[in-house]
Amino acid sequence: MSKFPNLGLFVGVGLGLAVVATMAINFADRFVVPVPEGNPTVALVIPGGGASDSPGLIVGAAEAAEGSGGKYGLGRPALAEEIAAWDLDVMPDATGLPQGSGDVWTGEEVFAEKCATCHGDFAEGVDNWPTLAGGWGTLADKDPVKTVGSYWPYLSTVWDYVHRSMPFGDAQTLTHDETYAIVAYILYSNDIVDDDFTLSHENFLDVEMPNAEGFIVDDRAETEYTKWRAEPCMENCKESVEITMRATVLDVTPEEEGTEAAEDHAAMDPPSETPVEDAAPVEEAAMEEPEAEEPALDAALVAAGEKVFKKCKACHQVGDGAKNRTGPALTGIVGHPAGAMEGFRYSKDMIAAGEAGLTWTEEELKAFLAKPKAYMKGTKMSFAGLRKEGDLNAVVEYLKSFPAE
Amino acid sequence: MSNDKTSRASRRAFLRGSVAAAAGAVAAGTARGQEADPLITEVQDWANGFGAGVDEVPYGLPIEFESDVIRRNVEWLTADTISSINFTPIHALDGTITPQGCAFERHHSGAIELKKEDYRLMINGLVDTPLVFTYADLERFPRENHVYFCECAANTGMEWAGAQLNGAQFTHGMIHNMEYTGVPLRTLLNEAGLGDDLADKWVYVEGADASSNGRSIPMEKALDDVLVAFKANGEALRKEHGYPVRLVVPGWEGNMWVKWIRRVEVMDGPVESREETSKYTDTLADGTSRKWTWVMDAKSVVTSPSPQMPVTHGPGPMVITGMAWSGHGRITRVDVSKDGGKTWETARLAREGENKALTRFYLDTTWNGEEMLLQSRAMDETGYVQPTKTQLREVRGENSIYHNNCIQTWHVTPDGRAENVEVS
Repeated sequence: MSKFPNLGLFVGVGLGLAVVATMAINFADRFVVPVPEGNPTVALVIPGGGASDSPGLIVGAAEAAEGSGGKYGLGRPALAEEIAAWDLDVMPDATGLPQGSGDVWTGEEVFAEKCATCHGDFAEGVDNWPTLAGGWGTLADKDPVKTVGSYWPYLSTVWDYVHRSMPFGDAQTLTHDETYAIVAYILYSNDIVDDDFTLSHENFLDVEMPNAEGFIVDDRAETEYTKWRAEPCMENCKESVEITMRATVLDVTPEEEGTEAAEDHAAMDPPSETPVEDAAPVEEAAMEEPEAEEPALDAALVAAGEKVFKKCKACHQVGDGAKNRTGPALTGIVGHPAGAMEGFRYSKDMIAAGEAGLTWTEEELKAFLAKPKAYMKGTKMSFAGLRKEGDLNAVVEYLKSFPAE
Repeated sequence: MSNDKTSRASRRAFLRGSVAAAAGAVAAGTARGQEADPLITEVQDWANGFGAGVDEVPYGLPIEFESDVIRRNVEWLTADTISSINFTPIHALDGTITPQGCAFERHHSGAIELKKEDYRLMINGLVDTPLVFTYADLERFPRENHVYFCECAANTGMEWAGAQLNGAQFTHGMIHNMEYTGVPLRTLLNEAGLGDDLADKWVYVEGADASSNGRSIPMEKALDDVLVAFKANGEALRKEHGYPVRLVVPGWEGNMWVKWIRRVEVMDGPVESREETSKYTDTLADGTSRKWTWVMDAKSVVTSPSPQMPVTHGPGPMVITGMAWSGHGRITRVDVSKDGGKTWETARLAREGENKALTRFYLDTTWNGEEMLLQSRAMDETGYVQPTKTQLREVRGENSIYHNNCIQTWHVTPDGRAENVEVS
């Protein structure tokens, strides 16, 4: 008997067990040796003591709660410091934003140290990690590039996410000022602010996000449900049916065992968020002749270009004694054949383009610098691009001021 | 063990196009009565000696012969597996309940290990008394049981621009369906005390992992059917599904079902967190994007036959099966087409559709070895009919990523193979 008292607390359970116990006796009586003489059902029900009121137990609990205003007196009050420790979210109107500030160049340093491994030196995204900069004007394209600059509607989201969830694998270690600085650098990488910008709680709401007006609230009820809540066709619904696309043509499905597929696709370009593999043909290299004459330089534009070139300096040298670094030396680049700076290891695509006759005329250079990856898919240059035409003109003018020796 | 290897090897061979192996299997199945079956006439090992004793496996896994029925990852989809997703082997399951051990996982910062004793749930913000609950506290509130599907908004997302992944697991496997035990969120909010004016109020729900995943939910939904759950299919949640406590947001996209939920804040507006602005927003053809697209519309898919479940039995009786679900309520009907949508016949629902839960359908039919373009089309209690991909594209374009609930087509060839295709 000592095994049973607990089981009788809920009569529903008790009855269920009684049935099971009866079946057990019928089919495998060796398992129920401890059951005493007499009817096992009675033996199971009695010990709980509350058999008469148990059937209503579940309903009864719920009704009791309703009767006492829905309160159970459970839990304890949260302390102010506990709420402060966990309640970190920041809203679009800056509610919840702590005080502090950070400038672009501090942000670049912090970003290089804590973020660039995944997001790239220029926030362009390494491999399959998120691209944070660029993509302007691509949202209606076949493969939109969604970045902080091209897509995110609220600055608060950037600050909040960086502060609470980044760096990946080391979350919640950034100080408020570091967070401001990183956000300032991301804004700079997106050409939303200039290089001398300092972001703080005071000017936070002044920053205009380019895609702030790019969102509408779910309108499926009007645009879809009204059409698709209708009796469907059952017969003769189409004249003919043709197969228009097959998954096996793409061959991107993992194999049963997994490993072969991984090897096959290791060499593929990382897909964007909608990872349809479209074999975009490499753009044909233009065959323009280099310009014969050297036009006079615009001094003001050269000066402006020197400022823009700060974005390039991490990888490129130009001028006297310039050497190849992460990127090739750029002395004499304007008018120079592509992929041909001595001693630099270019991508296959860049070499091929140069061999096909591509020369860095001003126009070609500007087209490349505006959207490097779009201009040349295989380029090693991991720079999102210059958004403003003025910056493109200026940086090319600046480069022109360093002719080949 | 050798049986296992042989059967799996021949299945792979079949999938890769070695028809000879499959033809042999078909012949064995149809050569009835030719010779006595040694599996019957000879005493087999399992009929002669012992099987495994009790306690050999204190908590069981499926038998080794089912070792190919597992969650699978598409490696090129994401940068690494810490912030990634895998897929439920829906092609090999039947019924409606998804076993936890093979139910898809989606993590933003990996599956953490959080003990019940270390678990805390805070309710704060615009409440009378901000509260902290322990796990033990949660178990003292009246609790409820409900079966709900949980579908990632990106399920079928890779198929917008065309047929891409060749298997129901990969095209439709970001879904599971479990019986949850938990406390209604409304009970916990009432415990902290809500004011009288709930119009335009929201709750922000947030997880305890390093991703700090958080979503804003309108108060009306929070007070309706949202559950703070701690059991699934009768047992504790698995680590990968948010042990010890997760949020269940019936009918709404999986990202809102915050795992390891640690905080619920009552607010006067949405936070507009990363997961509800830069992600889980649906870009239309003109470049504008829909936000707050929470509900998962009615959807269905044939799970067998399908690319991972070729027909191996030859002509004759055949069961076509699949599953249907709707975030708007009950599935009322599923139609199946064998000719790519020219003609449809209504399938049999295994049980009457249940609110925001998977429904299993069967079409018990005869296959004469003909080519088929298999489709299924779900209808829910609102009268909504699952659209074709063409219909969806006409409204949204191809860049929505999320909420692709289009009719799926499998091309079944006379040799029994099936392929993911798109049809006119």
